[in-house]
Amino acid sequence: MLLIHCPYCKDDRPELEFSNAGEAHIVRPTNMSDISDTEFEAMFFMRDNPKGIALERWRHAHGCGRFFNVARNTVSDKFLKVYKAGEPRPSDAEIEELLK
Amino acid sequence: MKKFNVFSLARETMRGHTGWGKQWRNPEPKKQYDVIIVGAGGHGLGTAYYLAREHGIKNIAVLEKGWLGGGNTGRNTTIIRSNYLYDESAGLFDHSLKLWETLSQELNYNVMFSQRGVMMLAHNVHDVQSAQRHINANRLNGVDNEWLTPQQAKEYCPPLNISKDSRYPVMGAALQRRGGVARHDAVAWGYARQASDMGVDIIQNCEVTGINRAPSGEVTGVETTKGTIGAKQVGVVASGHTSILMEMAGVRMPLESFPLQALVSEPVKPIFPCVTMSNAVHAYISQSDKGELVIGGGTDSYVSYSQTGSMHMLQEVLDSIIELYPIFNRLKMLRTWGGVVDVTPDRSPILGKTPVKGLYVNCGWGTGGFKATPGSANVFAHTIAKDEPHKINAGFNLDRFRTGRLIDEAAAAAVAH
Repeated sequence: MLLIHCPYCKDDRPELEFSNAGEAHIVRPTNMSDISDTEFEAMFFMRDNPKGIALERWRHAHGCGRFFNVARNTVSDKFLKVYKAGEPRPSDAEIEELLK
Repeated sequence: MKKFNVFSLARETMRGHTGWGKQWRNPEPKKQYDVIIVGAGGHGLGTAYYLAREHGIKNIAVLEKGWLGGGNTGRNTTIIRSNYLYDESAGLFDHSLKLWETLSQELNYNVMFSQRGVMMLAHNVHDVQSAQRHINANRLNGVDNEWLTPQQAKEYCPPLNISKDSRYPVMGAALQRRGGVARHDAVAWGYARQASDMGVDIIQNCEVTGINRAPSGEVTGVETTKGTIGAKQVGVVASGHTSILMEMAGVRMPLESFPLQALVSEPVKPIFPCVTMSNAVHAYISQSDKGELVIGGGTDSYVSYSQTGSMHMLQEVLDSIIELYPIFNRLKMLRTWGGVVDVTPDRSPILGKTPVKGLYVNCGWGTGGFKATPGSANVFAHTIAKDEPHKINAGFNLDRFRTGRLIDEAAAAAVAH
């Protein structure tokens, strides 16, 4: 079982306390009725699904209940960086660094 | 290729089984093919087989980064059924089930298809209503499915606990008698043997590292660890790794790859005569011909290519198994393993053309692709040969996520399948 660090509780907790909430940094448009079907498809259905570093949302569902973001290696399942919701997406250079 | 029959068996018995020979060739890749299939699992090998057999296209390479049948074809729990809710799904999966019924004869290879029946348990009022809706929809589509009372379910599957005190009380079950299991490796081997005999090159340990396109956009071939191989048509049949391969051609996919685990118990004498599934608690069980109980559950909840999966997923499935079949509570588990499955938003496969000319994709089978192997391969071969989908897979296009014409088995089943 994975141990996941919650950035709000500031503690490593077992995986069972958390739920994965999918890819992070997908921006929901504010003008939903104006966007094209292709734009809606890209936002709603298309996913990076990377083999390597995935940026994803997790929720400490059976804990503080709050959402946060992580950078995780999808091959080793290792959590490489945990950051709070609302903090900026790590730069590509930073992701490259995490992969090393 | 030496045909398997009673005479060849008798002859080889006399000779101490020294003359069977290799079942397929192991060639080096040529520079150019008519069609390249990426992925030598059941679906990919089957596609090559039907292209050669039904469409006369024999200059084909099937490229495999590992060994043939070593991915999800060799990792699933071999359940075969066609009792899906929507018309499109019923059409596709029942096409497959009909091909299963004659596959051993057609391939001259015993795939050990056993129609022992697939029973799906209902544990609450919602399950009962949903199962009965499925039964009615299936019958309208000519797919057999029938309702069993708890007592009838117990008669069909004696180890089942139908006590009212059970944590997951059995309120009835839907039974598809034509459903069952098959030997998963044999399916890949049977298709490989026939395809190879018709001239298809199956190239193992050859990973695709790039998809080449002409300046005008169409596919011209692939880059591999064994060099550049040219082809005007490329079919990607790579299950969990589809997103990565399609990215090489610049096509984004509505897929996420999750680990799915299965496990087998120590072998015991015949005790479990059918396949029983419980979608509500994610516990699927049957008994293999070797005597092992074959058990499967749900996927992990996060994207991973690790081919292992979390320990607690196994614990959850075994908790459910022991509640439903208390007789197995002292049985030891022998092996566990995982595969990487690619899941679509509507839990239906994508099977058709892509925005790139000459590039075709067969993916998104999620947790239930094995049952579809012959049907999927058959209509995918048609799609490549005619450059347009067969009417059976027309609805399973990539466009449906833009047009909104989803085939929403996810909502119908409320679980992975």
